[in-house]
Amino acid sequence: MSTAPPLLEMRSITKTFPGVKALSEVQLTVRDGEIHAICGENGAGKSTLMKVLSGVYPYGSYDGSIIYRGAEAKFADIRASENAGIVIIHQELALVPGMSITENIFLGNEPRRFGRIDWKAANSKALELMAMVGLKEDPDTLIKDIGVGKQQLVEIAKAFAKDVRLLILDEPTAALNENDSQHLLDLLRGFKERGITSIMISHKLNEIEAIADSITILRDGRTIETIDVKGEGADEDRIVRGMVGRDLGSRFPDHVPDIGEVFFEVRNWTIRHPISAERLVCKNSSFTVRRGEIVGFAGLMGAGRTELAMSLFGRSYGVYESGQIFKDGKEIQLKSVTDAIANGLAYVSEDRKAVGLNLLDDIKTSVVAAKLSKITRHGVLDEAAEYRQAEAYRKSLRIKTPTVDEGVTKLSGGNQQKVVLAKWMFTDPDLLILDEPTRGIDVGAKYEIYGIIQELASEGRGVVVISSELPELIGLCDRIYTVFEGAITGEISRRDANPETLMKQMTSTKKLATS
Amino acid sequence: MSRMKELQKNLFGGTTSNARQFGMIFTLVAIIVFFQIQTGGLTLQSGNLIALTQQYAYISVLSIGMLMVIVAGHIDLSVGSVAAFVGIVVAKAVTEHDLPWPLGILLGLVVGALIGAWQGFWVAYVGIPAFIVTLAGMLLFRGGNQYIGNADTVPVPEGFRDIGAGYLPEVGPSTGYNNLTLLLGLLACAAVVWRELRARQVRTQMEGAEPAPLWIAVLRMVVMIAVIVFVTLRFAGGRVGTSFPISGIILAVLVLAYSFYTRNTAGGRHIYAVGGNARAAELSGVKLRRVNFFVMMNMSILAALAGMIFVARSAASGPQDGLSWELDAIAAVFIGGAAVSGGLGTIGGSIVGGLVMAVLNNGLQLTGTGSDMVQIIKGLFLLGAVALDVYNKKQGRFSIIGSLTRSNRSRHEAAAGESVEANVVKQPAARS
Repeated sequence: MSTAPPLLEMRSITKTFPGVKALSEVQLTVRDGEIHAICGENGAGKSTLMKVLSGVYPYGSYDGSIIYRGAEAKFADIRASENAGIVIIHQELALVPGMSITENIFLGNEPRRFGRIDWKAANSKALELMAMVGLKEDPDTLIKDIGVGKQQLVEIAKAFAKDVRLLILDEPTAALNENDSQHLLDLLRGFKERGITSIMISHKLNEIEAIADSITILRDGRTIETIDVKGEGADEDRIVRGMVGRDLGSRFPDHVPDIGEVFFEVRNWTIRHPISAERLVCKNSSFTVRRGEIVGFAGLMGAGRTELAMSLFGRSYGVYESGQIFKDGKEIQLKSVTDAIANGLAYVSEDRKAVGLNLLDDIKTSVVAAKLSKITRHGVLDEAAEYRQAEAYRKSLRIKTPTVDEGVTKLSGGNQQKVVLAKWMFTDPDLLILDEPTRGIDVGAKYEIYGIIQELASEGRGVVVISSELPELIGLCDRIYTVFEGAITGEISRRDANPETLMKQMTSTKKLATS
Repeated sequence: MSRMKELQKNLFGGTTSNARQFGMIFTLVAIIVFFQIQTGGLTLQSGNLIALTQQYAYISVLSIGMLMVIVAGHIDLSVGSVAAFVGIVVAKAVTEHDLPWPLGILLGLVVGALIGAWQGFWVAYVGIPAFIVTLAGMLLFRGGNQYIGNADTVPVPEGFRDIGAGYLPEVGPSTGYNNLTLLLGLLACAAVVWRELRARQVRTQMEGAEPAPLWIAVLRMVVMIAVIVFVTLRFAGGRVGTSFPISGIILAVLVLAYSFYTRNTAGGRHIYAVGGNARAAELSGVKLRRVNFFVMMNMSILAALAGMIFVARSAASGPQDGLSWELDAIAAVFIGGAAVSGGLGTIGGSIVGGLVMAVLNNGLQLTGTGSDMVQIIKGLFLLGAVALDVYNKKQGRFSIIGSLTRSNRSRHEAAAGESVEANVVKQPAARS
């Protein structure tokens, strides 16, 4: 252990919201020049702690003290913490899509000459910053025209445009594919060598192990422990145990698949891009799903998996070109979402906040939203039936909430996802398409979601799981299709599936021999 | 929980016991009491109450449709012009072309539906923002009114005037009161009792959900019945020949019907779903276009009705009818707690919002305030009411408007928390 004073010390931080104690006596010590990971389940208080640190919750609205660079910090707002060199990069990027990279980097911080923006200086400084973060793009490119991985880099470049001493990244790799994630982690290591301290909040234990010097584990608003990786080594089981407060024997519940006949088949599905009609987003895709089977779709971000799923779900994406859907041997036409639901399809979107839920709704309204006819009698909604149905799902899916009258925004990510699952289970579907069902969900909740998925399959339903996390697909699925640039490039059974084979087929158009 | 809190939580709650419509109604009561004192008792006199009802019934008819439009995430600026256009068409048809007046009303509704279909088509199927479509409609139908009416005033016949200026007739034995109005009050009391019992019954069917404490249920019923009895006696005991206005009855029927539709049917819930998150609604099988088309069309039909009630009341259709009605209707909806971004709001809230504005207007006139000051005060009141509410939301305190946005406590708190959170995070990020 170094004897130099720590860069940051948060002492006994307690933050209460009306009715909830979000943080209770939290301790966090970050040494100068290290990469410090913070992990914990959703709702453990990670984000709240960072908001306290960055002044979103100003001095005086919490108890405890922040010692930063040897003195007590009393930030009144984000501006104040930024001036002190603390920059936070949120999971939801704060970039303006219609502005260029340069404009975004210097937004609110524009270099001025005689009161006018000095674009020449801005551009050359932008290039310098972009080189620093390894972003090779024309600085005049608009943000909306670059991928999410590069946007993240712009966000970091923006942090460097200010004088950053402590960089905080909230789930920086949540939306990135493996390559971009790797690049980002390398970048953080580079920063470390230049003496920049980073705090990283992440759910991805392998990344934390690879990069962190210290790990602080939070649970239920309390600090469980801080692990010094160099001294003690990072033990994944120990982290998980700390986060969830119990051992997870396995990441996946036990499940004996009971697989029946092929009941759902897609043949030669081809879809055009909604705006640029010459682009094919799905090319001649064919696949099958059996009863009781969990089928995975692996692919890089932008491979066209979501587009495939949504176009099947009542043509909710793109322009239909050709292809057929068969269910129980008969061809079916799904021209609208209503058709799709009527034919027993369900689609759980990858973005539950933007398209999965109405955030103004409470739990019970959300649960019944996709099949109001089931609680309608003589044209009138039966509120008691609605309540009973929602209550049944609350119990069976173990949604953590005092009552189903609660608003969905009050729930953690994992519980929101359970509500979305309940919403689609309520439609009693034969085929569920789950798009990134565990994105942004903590370890404990993931385990429960896997259990629900397996349970659905055991009931004889077909389940399609789209995921960017290969271990998840390998652990969960009976069969995995790989998708690359809109085409299905391979089909791998559970016993042959390993990350290497999958990755190979996810990144090449060459169709390998199917097993 | 203290009794006061329990009371606040449950009073005026309607079917779901945890509603908090307390605040807005409290404001309304405060304004009424204030003007009752200021005007030396004029405000709550029979004559004034009857005039008030006739004067604002058509605005409230508009605010019902406007609430649905705003909940779905749109706006309608054309309602005043549509009302004026329909008014002149009907007046011409009845007076100059000798159309029987009941058919005239039917004609007006059909014209309203056609106009609504026209606007709904552009909004729902072409995808032009309702603001633009109805701004165009505002010009279009104002011009249409002047073109058809030659910028003249056209009178309407006796029978037609009843929908705007008529009263319940005098029937039965002489009681010193208008008997039909008394009967209406009795029905309203029975409805209140039935609703309370029904709500308790539904609530007990929900396992784990607590019905409101009995003493609150009883207190609520007593208060509401007392109000109904008071109002009934006032309306029934006015000058002979006057009683509860026909336009008030039309409004009451519409309020009941549309409240039921928005709260208790799938169609109503779809409107909230579209306004709350259109994409999520679409992916849940809601037919987005159909909902948008419906709310726009429905609005124009109600505007047509409002226009006819107004023409009937003023006995003639003129070129200045319906000027700035859209603003009154929109103000009522927002004071009544609807969210600018859609997805939140209730019919009941909008009616209370409209009442607040009406009593304010009426009270100021009774105290002899000039129309210049009336407008200034109304403007400040609108801004103040919404600002206070936004402030309360940010402080995490009880929000008057939030409590009206949906008859459910958790819903508004969730929404408030979300938006404040978003503001806090986004604002500094945008500046930095």
